[in-house]
Amino acid sequence: MKIYRIHALICAGAQCIAAGGNGFEDALKDELKKHELLKEVNIIETGCMGSCQLGPLMAVYPEGVIYTKLKPEDAKEIVEEHFLKGRAVKRLMWKEKETVLPSLSEIPFFAKQTKIVLRNCGIINPEDINEYIAQGGYEALGKALTEMTREDVIQVVKDSGLRGRGGAGFPTGKKWQLAYEQDSPIKYIVCNADEGDPGAYMNRSVLEGDPHSVLEGMTIAGYAIGAQKGFIYVRAEYPLAVKRLEIAIKQAKQAGLLGKNILGTNFSFDIELRIGAGAFVCGEETALINSIEGKRGEPRKKPPFPVQKGVFGFPTVINNVETLANIPVIIEKGAKFFRSFGTEKSPGTKVFALAGKVNITGLVEVPLGTPLRTIIYDIGGGIPEGHSFKAAQTGGPSGGVIPSQYIDVPMDYESLTSLGAIMGSGGLIVMDETSCMVDVAKFFLKFTVDESCGKCTPCREGTRQMLNILERITSGKGQMEDLELLEKLGNTIKLASLCGLGQTAPNPVLTTLRYFRDEYIAHIKDKKCPSNVCKLSSEVKNERKVFNRSSS
Amino acid sequence: MEVKTFPAVDMEIRKWGAKPESLIQVLHGTQESLGYLPEEVLTYISEKLNVPLSKIYGVVTFYNFFKLKKDAGHVIMVCMGTACYVKGSENILDVICNHLGIKPNEITKDGRFAVRIVRCLGCCGLAPAIMVDGKDVYGKVTKEKVLEILTKYS
Repeated sequence: MKIYRIHALICAGAQCIAAGGNGFEDALKDELKKHELLKEVNIIETGCMGSCQLGPLMAVYPEGVIYTKLKPEDAKEIVEEHFLKGRAVKRLMWKEKETVLPSLSEIPFFAKQTKIVLRNCGIINPEDINEYIAQGGYEALGKALTEMTREDVIQVVKDSGLRGRGGAGFPTGKKWQLAYEQDSPIKYIVCNADEGDPGAYMNRSVLEGDPHSVLEGMTIAGYAIGAQKGFIYVRAEYPLAVKRLEIAIKQAKQAGLLGKNILGTNFSFDIELRIGAGAFVCGEETALINSIEGKRGEPRKKPPFPVQKGVFGFPTVINNVETLANIPVIIEKGAKFFRSFGTEKSPGTKVFALAGKVNITGLVEVPLGTPLRTIIYDIGGGIPEGHSFKAAQTGGPSGGVIPSQYIDVPMDYESLTSLGAIMGSGGLIVMDETSCMVDVAKFFLKFTVDESCGKCTPCREGTRQMLNILERITSGKGQMEDLELLEKLGNTIKLASLCGLGQTAPNPVLTTLRYFRDEYIAHIKDKKCPSNVCKLSSEVKNERKVFNRSSS
Repeated sequence: MEVKTFPAVDMEIRKWGAKPESLIQVLHGTQESLGYLPEEVLTYISEKLNVPLSKIYGVVTFYNFFKLKKDAGHVIMVCMGTACYVKGSENILDVICNHLGIKPNEITKDGRFAVRIVRCLGCCGLAPAIMVDGKDVYGKVTKEKVLEILTKYS
């Protein structure tokens, strides 16, 4: 093995590349060549480091210095000052309130996170299986296949209390148990990587930054339930994730960690990719099954559940990317270790995609039950430019808003449900007083109207009618009766829709009605948008009024 | 009558197998090499995979990704995901549409540009974001910056 003096980890997540990361990397290589340092400095392209807004990012070890917003012209200074003379370049370091924070351990954004799912993201090269193995990767698979029975594996996952990270929170161990009990010669594992919530990219970062953790989790799941084959259903909008998964599958097969007789045992398991084609509803498990079978992605009725009759009519376990990425850690370190994070009913961690009106946007992983305030203020650095926190939206178009009076809510499944919001897959959009809640509700509803597959009437017609009412209200033609009508219609759609898309579609409207009814009333009675977002016909635009209800 | 063959399609069918469940993957590969999905090609796929043309039409129109018509020279996708939306991507869309003189989801008369709304590019940290030609992503776009970006492609 070659020994290097310096390791330069350059984030090659999709956002850092979009921000110009490749240009910087090329410039850095040129500079290193010029100074004949290529043998001393090891450049590694890693997956997402999390603080996407400050990209392109580079972490330099052994010091653990992190450089932000890198431009090609910065390469010269970094090489000459830092790599040659050992003086880290302060100008490019992470700054908070004019204070330079030199290393990762001093930056609250990183220091206050707990990384289990993202354990390798931003640390290893996702295109090299050896780096994953060097971090302890595939040890859990070895342990499961050689030291544990199938029942043992299911028991550990059950004991860990892991719940589905796709949003609904169904206990993963129970799902595996149900599939295990099915008497069928053929069974399937499906990894749901159809991450369609606008504003969420947790799964994308795991697939791009640590694809082997998902493959390992799937293979363990396959062993436990008795499946021979797995599918990863990934969005076509994520070309980089597809590319890295293809590389990972190829390398795992070459290493004997996938394919026939894995690790010399009599267990064989194969994984194939299936590329989605742009339909939000395919994130719903039965619609996803139809799509894998090459059909229109319309949901099926349940029961039969996928664990009974799934892909091609065979028992199928469908798990989210993040759920599967947790599995190797649970198998390797045990249920007790996993339960040492999070709460009694919601153990473990959750990755959130923090975005919107917050100082540091990006991916954050925290123990479940962490107060919302910690995520927004301690990790995210608060709300920018003197604005104040108004609400946070979780769960995308299926979720709801959390108003400022509940900023201390612990982020776990039950607490969020009790507020009318949901955990969802992890999208967390922060809004300040310049965001109009009626407009936000309308935005999400427009999304579900577009993405409704049209199979069942409540969702197809009902959401459209709700949108019509909202459009009436935001254009100044609303009436007070509309509010009741919205609630009645919303509750009917929730009850009567066929699948999860329709059953949750009214949530953004219902929660904003619950917590921000006064804003709806202002639109209807005063014909005014308190946040000056909606263009009401009869309104004379008044000065931008700061609509401040927050005490924090 | 001469039977038309499509080698690009045949290659995809060999890769995924001549069975109905290969449909979506075959359509992906075909669109990648041809740019869109012409009717005669769909008829061909229908025969090869033994799926009725009506079903194929159903699938092609169900998914946003598939196109029945040839696309513009440059496709500008404006992200309307939540993060981009709350950071003002609607204004960006307006600027682009005004500049090109078209509405969202239209193609310019000369066929050189198309503007489309997309749900989420997954670049929420760089909001508001746009993507050109399915590969070049531009983040933290402003009204001024967006016109600069457009000139790169004209």
